[in-house]
Amino acid sequence: MAIELRVPTILRTYTGGAKAVNGDGATLAEFIDNVNGTHAGLKERIVEGEPEELRRFVNVYVNDEDVRFTGGLKTEVKDGDIVVVLPAVAGG
Amino acid sequence: MIEKGTYEAIVAHARKDHPDEACGVVIGPEGSDRAERFVPMLNAAMSPTYYQFDDEDWKRLYNEMWDRDEEAVVIYHSHTATEAYPSRTDIDRAQEPNAHYVLVSTRGGAHSQTYDGPVEFRSYRIIGGVVTEEEVRVVGSYEETEGED
Repeated sequence: MAIELRVPTILRTYTGGAKAVNGDGATLAEFIDNVNGTHAGLKERIVEGEPEELRRFVNVYVNDEDVRFTGGLKTEVKDGDIVVVLPAVAGG
Repeated sequence: MIEKGTYEAIVAHARKDHPDEACGVVIGPEGSDRAERFVPMLNAAMSPTYYQFDDEDWKRLYNEMWDRDEEAVVIYHSHTATEAYPSRTDIDRAQEPNAHYVLVSTRGGAHSQTYDGPVEFRSYRIIGGVVTEEEVRVVGSYEETEGED
């Protein structure tokens, strides 16, 4: 088992075109670090700043729960979870 | 290339929501470049100068597209007081390299609360901050164009 990351189209350049990649971790932050180890560059498109926070206009869900309401990068994850990174659609 | 029924549905949505910006997607099979399924979205900003897909609606639709191997072929929104050209915010926020970004302008009614007049309808690719306009060709149906180059 592993945790699945569903990769938005714009970030598939980092995954060799794969729509989904697997990783591990106990928290969302650990999981993102883990998948960044195998797909370098993903992380900086999802988090920013110091301390690290999720980027604006990128929504992240763990099993359909918006992580902004479950502890952000500290959200706990486990084998079998599905993490979705979904760019917001917005403009002026 | 867009089907007439879809074109008319996008224009109707832009007129209906005027003077607020209207937004939505037209979905098709991944990699097909066929805009087949018109889905108007709620503009969560309800604003004449800004649009943002409602987060929950967009997530629900994204799950559905994922399960059906579909993607957003067209992402459309309206400008209700300016031309049908991507604004700086549109360019900054564009995050779908496979999508045709359609802009509809209802600026003919910029000073009224309703609008039923002519519109501008233009389409762009927006990739890495670079805007490339593309020709819009309205066809009766994709089937009737099969066999063309």
